[in-house]
Amino acid sequence: MKKREEVQLGGGEKAIEKQQAMGKMTARNRINALLDSGSFQEYDMFVQHEARDFDMAKKVLHGDGVVIGTGTISGQPVCIFAQDFTVAGGSLGLMHSRKIVKIMEHALKMKVPLIGINDSGGARIQEGVNSLAGYGEIFFRNTLSSGVIPQISVILGPCAGGAVYSPALTDFVFVVENISKMFITGPEVIKTVLGEEISMEDLGGARVHSEITGNAHFYAVNEPECFDQIKKLLSLIPANNYRKAVKSNPRPPKASYRIGEIVPDDPSLPYDVRDVVRAVTDNSDFFEIQQKWASNLVIGFGRMNGETCGFVCNQPLVLAGVLDVDSSDKAARFIRFCDAFNIPIITFVDLPGYLPGVDQEHAGVIRHGAKILYAYSEATVPKLTVILRKAYGGGYIAMGSRHLRADFVFAWPTAEVAVMGPEGAANIIFRKEIMESSNPDETRRQKVQEYKEKFANPYVAASRGYIDSVIEPEETRNILLHAIEVSVEKDVSLPRKKHGIPPF
Amino acid sequence: MASPHFKEYITMEEKKDKKQGDETPGYKKIDILGDIYYTSFTQKFENRKPWVQPNSREIITLIPGTVKEILVKEGDRVEANQKIMVLEAMKMMNSINAPMSGSIKSVKVNVGDCLPKGTVMIEFE
Repeated sequence: MKKREEVQLGGGEKAIEKQQAMGKMTARNRINALLDSGSFQEYDMFVQHEARDFDMAKKVLHGDGVVIGTGTISGQPVCIFAQDFTVAGGSLGLMHSRKIVKIMEHALKMKVPLIGINDSGGARIQEGVNSLAGYGEIFFRNTLSSGVIPQISVILGPCAGGAVYSPALTDFVFVVENISKMFITGPEVIKTVLGEEISMEDLGGARVHSEITGNAHFYAVNEPECFDQIKKLLSLIPANNYRKAVKSNPRPPKASYRIGEIVPDDPSLPYDVRDVVRAVTDNSDFFEIQQKWASNLVIGFGRMNGETCGFVCNQPLVLAGVLDVDSSDKAARFIRFCDAFNIPIITFVDLPGYLPGVDQEHAGVIRHGAKILYAYSEATVPKLTVILRKAYGGGYIAMGSRHLRADFVFAWPTAEVAVMGPEGAANIIFRKEIMESSNPDETRRQKVQEYKEKFANPYVAASRGYIDSVIEPEETRNILLHAIEVSVEKDVSLPRKKHGIPPF
Repeated sequence: MASPHFKEYITMEEKKDKKQGDETPGYKKIDILGDIYYTSFTQKFENRKPWVQPNSREIITLIPGTVKEILVKEGDRVEANQKIMVLEAMKMMNSINAPMSGSIKSVKVNVGDCLPKGTVMIEFE
């Protein structure tokens, strides 16, 4: 018993004080804060390293710097590991990695979510190539588990060098202000090699990964808030790819969201598409993912009559809701998560197309933009699309269109499904008339008006069956609920293949 | 009139239009294929750099590195593929070869200089 207490102190009281002085909880405290009280069972507590080089034989590293075990969150079983920074800076040696691998294999076998709390200075240099082997074994298992069990990475300290690739391979990455630091090469290396000075926070802090790189999915101001986000996420997704998310009790949206009053008729005016989502979801709850990154597209989970749905929406409030490199990437990965875990996808469309610009073209918007087409086409979960307003050109095709096998496509009367916006289209189609006119401006105005009346509506697309029904905004929730209900047994399969080759 | 496909699509300006401005204060204007939308911009979009034509007569660093050797001086004539400098970068001694035959207009760096990416090192006539 005494031995157990000693091990549970990790790196000892001094190291714990240091950890707390940095505003960080200890590994075991974190696990206890996240899991249901008393549910945690720890394994491999007495594991010791076998390194003998560089005086390592004399060093006792309790648990080899990582805590692993199983427990429950809101009654649902999970597997968890937490690196213990108080023990040799949470550095990863061979036995440390074997413990992580053990709990990963358990999670995959038992089909329960895996949560990894990262707080480590990196590879344990003294263990040399064994440490690298350890990382490799972890990455391999992250990949095997991908799409089978949800994998969650929580960055609660440094996570540098090769270590960053385990979180990068997992489904959701959580970061906390002032605590999370992620980078491949740190500020010191950058300074010596490049002569550029940058702080850890500016290089790879929580804000950077939530707003600039898109590596992080959830941002919290402290650890307790971060744990609440993890619990909320786990309540919305299933334990594995054989199951559906646990249903909650159906609740109506709040009356304060008046769906008919959110979207302005004038297609040039912005609004917050999240209000439309909240106007249809149970209790007007919407759990947004990657809120601050590529915010011209909104993704997240909401419940429809108790069932979790994934929402993918253009956001006219930011960059007019265009698709671009980052937003395509964001949407594609989310769609693939929903598809892997049996979560129906609801798409709200209002976009003028792809973002024009040299930077976009040269950043590979063709390659990245293709990801969203791939993800929608490949997804076999129920796919429901509502065109709220603009659906122009390539953007119309990409956003869960009938042509990518949406099961149901609805459009509001304000929808405009066309090859491009009226100005652009009129300028091309009536170029000659405008050029030859004695009053080109007046002719252009007339032609734009003519085009608007003819094509800026949902009825042309509806006449071809590309849109199933034109619906009033107020009918949206009930019609979506009906569509979900009739799609419950949806069963389609892709041509037999080892795997597709998406334009990653 | 040029086809709208070939003009600079994006014009960025604070909203000036009085009537629209009253309805949507604080929004910015984006022009996509001739249609105007009121919206807000991301930091990334605001900070994007306009593209400039690269000057093929300049030798620039493609990765950050340290100048180890300079084998030419102003006025020298060099042949295409001739080694003209050595730049240590990513633990490699990278030889920099002349992309074309010609004469050296100026050498803009010294041995020992630590250079960021995109620095002009040598200019050709």
